This record gives sequence, structure tokens and C-alpha cells, in this order.
Amino acid sequence: MRRTCLNEVFELAREDERIFFVGSDLGFGTLNEFKNEMPDRFFMEGVSEANVVGLAAGLALEGKIVYVNTIATFITRRCFEQVVLDLCLHNVNVRLIGNGGGIVYAPLGPTHEAIEDIAIFRALPRMTIVAPADAEEMKRLMPLTVDYPGPIYIRLAKGGDPIVTDSAQAFKIGKAYQMREGGDALVITTGVTLKAALDAADELKAGGLDTSVLHVPTVKPLDVETIRKAVAAVPLIVTVEEHTIIGGLGSAIAEIIAESNFDEPKRFKRIGIPDVFPDGYGSQDGLMAKYGISSTGIVSEINELIRHAF
Amino acid sequence: MPIKPMPTNTTLLDRRSCELRRQIVRTFEAGKRGHIASAFSLVEIVRVLYDDVLKYDPKNPRWAERDRCILSKGHGCLALYVILAEKGFFPEEELWKFCHSDGILGGHPEYGKVPGVEASTGSLGHGLSIGVGMALSAGYEKASHRIFVIGSDGESNEGSVWEAALCAAKHKLNNLTLLIDYNKQQSYSTTYEVLELEPFADKWRAFGWAVAEVDGHNIEELRSALAKVPFDPAKPSAIICHTIKGKGVSCVENNLAWHHKSRVSDEELEALYADLEVD
Repeated sequence: MRRTCLNEVFELAREDERIFFVGSDLGFGTLNEFKNEMPDRFFMEGVSEANVVGLAAGLALEGKIVYVNTIATFITRRCFEQVVLDLCLHNVNVRLIGNGGGIVYAPLGPTHEAIEDIAIFRALPRMTIVAPADAEEMKRLMPLTVDYPGPIYIRLAKGGDPIVTDSAQAFKIGKAYQMREGGDALVITTGVTLKAALDAADELKAGGLDTSVLHVPTVKPLDVETIRKAVAAVPLIVTVEEHTIIGGLGSAIAEIIAESNFDEPKRFKRIGIPDVFPDGYGSQDGLMAKYGISSTGIVSEINELIRHAF
Repeated sequence: MPIKPMPTNTTLLDRRSCELRRQIVRTFEAGKRGHIASAFSLVEIVRVLYDDVLKYDPKNPRWAERDRCILSKGHGCLALYVILAEKGFFPEEELWKFCHSDGILGGHPEYGKVPGVEASTGSLGHGLSIGVGMALSAGYEKASHRIFVIGSDGESNEGSVWEAALCAAKHKLNNLTLLIDYNKQQSYSTTYEVLELEPFADKWRAFGWAVAEVDGHNIEELRSALAKVPFDPAKPSAIICHTIKGKGVSCVENNLAWHHKSRVSDEELEALYADLEVD
């Protein structure tokens, strides 16, 4: 997904002279082809995220479309005020590419785990947040980011993630997509956890439970209409995200459910990282499984909700 | 630690400088609040920029070939608003709605709301990076317009200023000029007490900038320095403007109580006007 994203930036820049790339201090050789072919639109400005984001805003105020790429924690935490003021307040076309959204960097520990990036950016007026499920979806997203108005946060997963979306499927920023239909339960997810949701739906189906899966690649602005319709159709909803359960997708869905004032009560559970810094290293999958962010975790939470009658 | 004396400045203000300050007081009076002392220290800086240096068209504030001027010390906006109104970027009547719910002029300047304002500022340490981006864009376009950023001493406490300084020097941005309003006071106390900046000019030189120091209330010194930028064709230029916070009114000069005023008495207003009488 990461390679697809950066390669798309390169390909799009070849076609569009407004596109600039700004990195902080990325891995050796990153986007060499961009640097070689378009050196005057390629910037690598050092471990200085505040300046990198401010500089990107200055370029964008002059009509450029700027892709800024660095590790997700640094681009969201370190320069948060620059994102708020330089990007959102000025409403400029800067695209922040956050590498390792969620707990991709599990072995590197909490300094590198972006577990609240969606929550803090979701509170920002004018910010758009996208978390594609796989490289295939990333490929469909990237061309749309060129002329989409205002700042965008693109949350990248690890890379090499299994392909679960279909190139034939339509993709629009701001739309949620029904990936499985079923009337017994609904799993709502964003980013790479779509895979776990689909696996869980298959497993539940085998046990006789028809489960819908709604994929929400754009966490902001939310496709409220589609989400409300999907929620209305089922008695039981589970959200899944590689993110703290505070303020992310689950919270956003909870807000929609609460304010929809359905006549029929709903059973609801957020699956994600509880209010802790993830403890332990190992692998992304291992750490996710620890917090129930897995097909097994989803199946077990849904069964638990079914067991608890109103 | 030896206590440093308050800065002094004996430059006499001419009729225009006094009148600009009186207009600042009128605007301040309309809003019943404002960073008046911070505005007084940079009157001559914005005056010389807008009278003699910048290329702009007030009727077409987004004119592509204009010079960009960012007031990074956004709290000094009273001085900027008065100049922008005088030059015709917006009607003078807007000044009398300073900080009002139906006005465009707030306590910090906003891009998109105020014609002539190039960037929203107010939180310190943002303007120089934005200016670096604009300067890089101008370089890419091979455009002849220039970028001017007005910063401050207190602002130079922010690490982001020094990140931007490194970056501007790396790119040899000779189309970028930073004017620093160095009045040696910040909100709580003197810069010496809060966070010493000296040797300030040497720091900028060490960061790769070409530096000049001027009396920031002396019109000729400002004109002369600004006429010479870039000081070095391979470096960004910094002009350290030695100023007095509150310059022009005796009860405000070097008086920390005037950093931001939200309650001002009629007597205080009278004193402000009296000191700025034009003969």
C-alpha cells in the first residue's frame, strides 16, 4: 500500500506540474525516481515536521498540491498545531501521508504507534481522513486526492496487506461501501481491518448468522446516510478499527446511532485499542489480536452481544 | 545574574509615524482591547515596507506578481491593519469594527478574511515556514516577487523558527527577508529574563543567514537596509530591528502592563493621544 501510494504520487506528478513532494527524513532511496526526474519538485527537509508542514502550506497557498510523507505519529502529533492552523485554517491542498497508521510499528513501541491519529484529526474542521483497506483501493484513491479541496490525511498500513477490495468497485472520497449483506449483524470498519471483518462475516455465516460488513475508507467526512441506513437494518453493530476506541471510527458511529434515535434498541460494541498505550512489542498482528482486533475477536464480541439480551 | 537595562531609543517620530500611531489608538479604542505596545514597536517596519519596498495592488490583493508580506507576530496586527486600510486594501470604516462581531479585523489577522493578509497568524512560530514555502514556490516559478516575514524576539523562543531558519539557508532563499521586531520584551518580562536570545545576530549568521541590524524606528536605516536585500545572493536575509515596545507613548514604552490591554480607562486613552499629538 505504501509503495502504491508513493508510486501514485510520482505518476500523478509526472502529469501535473502543480504536484510537489515533501518528506522529512525518509528511508534511503525513497522516491528516487521522483527526485531524479523532477528534482525541483522534490524536497527532503529533515526531522523538522513543524517546518515541513508550514512549508507545505506556503507552497499550497501559491497553488501547489503538496504531498507530505513521513511516519504517522510524527505527522500527527509533533506538528499538530501546524496541521490545525497552517493546513486546516488556511484550507490548503496539502496531503499528509502517514506511514504506519495504527500499530504497524509494533516492534518499535509507543513512540511509533499512531493509535489516536484519526481521533485528533477528526476534530479538525476541513480535514479529510482516508484509510484505504489495501493497495488496490489506494490506487483508486490517489488520483482523486489531486483536486479534492482542502487538507487530506492518508493513513497508510504496513504494505503487503492482502487485497480485499475490487478494482471494478466504484470509489469516491466520502463514501462508505457495503462489502457483505446480512440482516443479523453489522460490522463497520476502516482501513486494513476490513480483512478481519470479512473473515469474521464468513465465519459467522457458517454458523448461521448473516452479517453485513460496511467499509468506511473515509472517516471524515462520514457517509452518514449510508451508515445510518446500514445501522437501521440490523439489531446489532460492532465497529472495528486499528485505533483507540476513543474518538475514532467507533465513536463516530456511536454518535450517529445515538442521534438517530431509532425506535428499536441497538446492541453496540467498539473493538479497538482500549485506553492504554499498547503494551508489548512482537508483531502488528500479534498486538491487534491481543486487543481483539481480529476475526476471532469480532466473532467473539458479536456472539457475546447476542448472548446478552436486552 | 546582572540585570540588563531596559532598551532605549531616542529616535524622534515624525508626523507620519505619530499619525499612524494615533490611528492605531483609534482602532484600539474601537475594539476596546489589543496588543497596542507590540503594534507601536513595529510601526516604522510596516510603514517602510508598504511605503517604499513592497510591490502590491490594493485593488487586486491576490495579484500574482505582488510581494508577499507575512506578519508572523500576528498580535502586532493593529499596525498592519492601519497601514492596509490607509493603502486601500479595505475601507477605513473596518478599523472601527476591530474585534467586533460584524468586522473582518480580529485580534490576530486572518487569511481569506482580510484583504492583504497573506497568512493567518497569532500562534507564534508559523510565519517563517509558510514564507519559506512561498519563497520556494517563487523560485520554482522563476518569479521575481519577494517574500517578507515580520517576526519577533519572543517568537524566536519557538523551535519551529529555527527549523525554518535552517531550511531557508539550505535552499539559499535570497528572495526571503525576515525582519525581526527586537524590542527585548515579551509577555511576562524581558527577553533577557524569560529566554535569552543573545548573541542574537550571531545565531542567525550561524544558521546561514546574512544579517543586518538597524534602529527599527529610524526610517532611513530601515529604507537603506531593505534597499540592499538580499545582502548575499546565496543567503536569506535577516534584519534585526532594535525597537522599543510601546515606542511613542511614554507610559507604554517598556511597560509590560501594556503587552495586551483589555480594559483601558478614558484617562489612559487621553494619555495615549496626548503623547502622539502632531504639532
